[in-house]
Amino acid sequence: MWRVGTVVALHDETPTARTITLQVADWPRHVAGQHADVRLTASDGYSAVRSYSIASAPNAEGRVELTVERLPDGEVSPYLTQELAVGDRVELRGPIGGWFVWRSQQTEPIQLIAGGSGIVPLMAMIRSRASAGSAVPFRLLYSVREPGAVFYRDELQAISSRGGSVTLTYAYTRATPKDWPRPPGRIDASLIAETTWSSKLIPTCYVCGPTSFVESTAALLVTCGNRPDKIRTERFGPTGGRNEFH
Amino acid sequence: MSSTNYDYLDGNAAAGELSKVFAVDITTAEGRCGECGTTKCLAEAHLYMHGPGLVARCPACEHVLLRLVNVREHMFLDVRGMTYLRLDTSRSEEAS
Repeated sequence: MWRVGTVVALHDETPTARTITLQVADWPRHVAGQHADVRLTASDGYSAVRSYSIASAPNAEGRVELTVERLPDGEVSPYLTQELAVGDRVELRGPIGGWFVWRSQQTEPIQLIAGGSGIVPLMAMIRSRASAGSAVPFRLLYSVREPGAVFYRDELQAISSRGGSVTLTYAYTRATPKDWPRPPGRIDASLIAETTWSSKLIPTCYVCGPTSFVESTAALLVTCGNRPDKIRTERFGPTGGRNEFH
Repeated sequence: MSSTNYDYLDGNAAAGELSKVFAVDITTAEGRCGECGTTKCLAEAHLYMHGPGLVARCPACEHVLLRLVNVREHMFLDVRGMTYLRLDTSRSEEAS
């Protein structure tokens, strides 16, 4: 079932990624980690559907935030990140998916690992934790190309500097801030061992990012003693885009 | 098919298309592979979406579990690769 969403706010996260806030009538309350399908229809009737993770916490107001990364040769993402304006309407289907989700009833420690724009559904979990008043300890390991590519930077900074029970570690793959203790590089076993929950605590791990990132990270988590059935994954396509269906 | 080809997604990416057919979210259902017997959530299958439809393969042996193809006004669904699907109906309210 498709519903009409009206754009009520736009916010640039990075030079290539934008958060779109939509107001959707009769939108069912979502669960953190779920996604929504967006359908755009041209005047000649041609339509394209893309799936995007929901970034916002569940709410009763029908407000849905999507953060969309622009793909250079994308069909939909350039429009959503450059042309779309406040007041425009798009069609949405969802919320979708009941597997890669965090529910506020969960009590075990949570390990989040993001690769690039894979941060989006994990941010919904962090926001959901806050809005639900959950005291469950979260750790986020966020792998990103360079400091300028970080999404939700100020909000993440504020959350982690509060000294509460959300711990944030950045892993830069191409360029680091000045005087950063680790040279740029991919997540490896030592970083997993140093910055993620001990497997003895039996955390639930959520890994989201490009397929190759998810493959290698999930394998490292298992190497470090985590149970495969406690690792939930969400992969993006090889282009870095979200799943697509034509 | 080698698992070093990273051209697949997770089965959860099929949830939108499958919601057109099923009243509950079947990506959270456990399916048993008809080939190797591995039993996992459909959300954990390897999902290929490049062709005219989508194909979910067993993450252990890459056997085809499910195929879904849209041809004009018709949708073809083939689930013979699984011996069964076990659905949790307790959450059918929220998993639309």
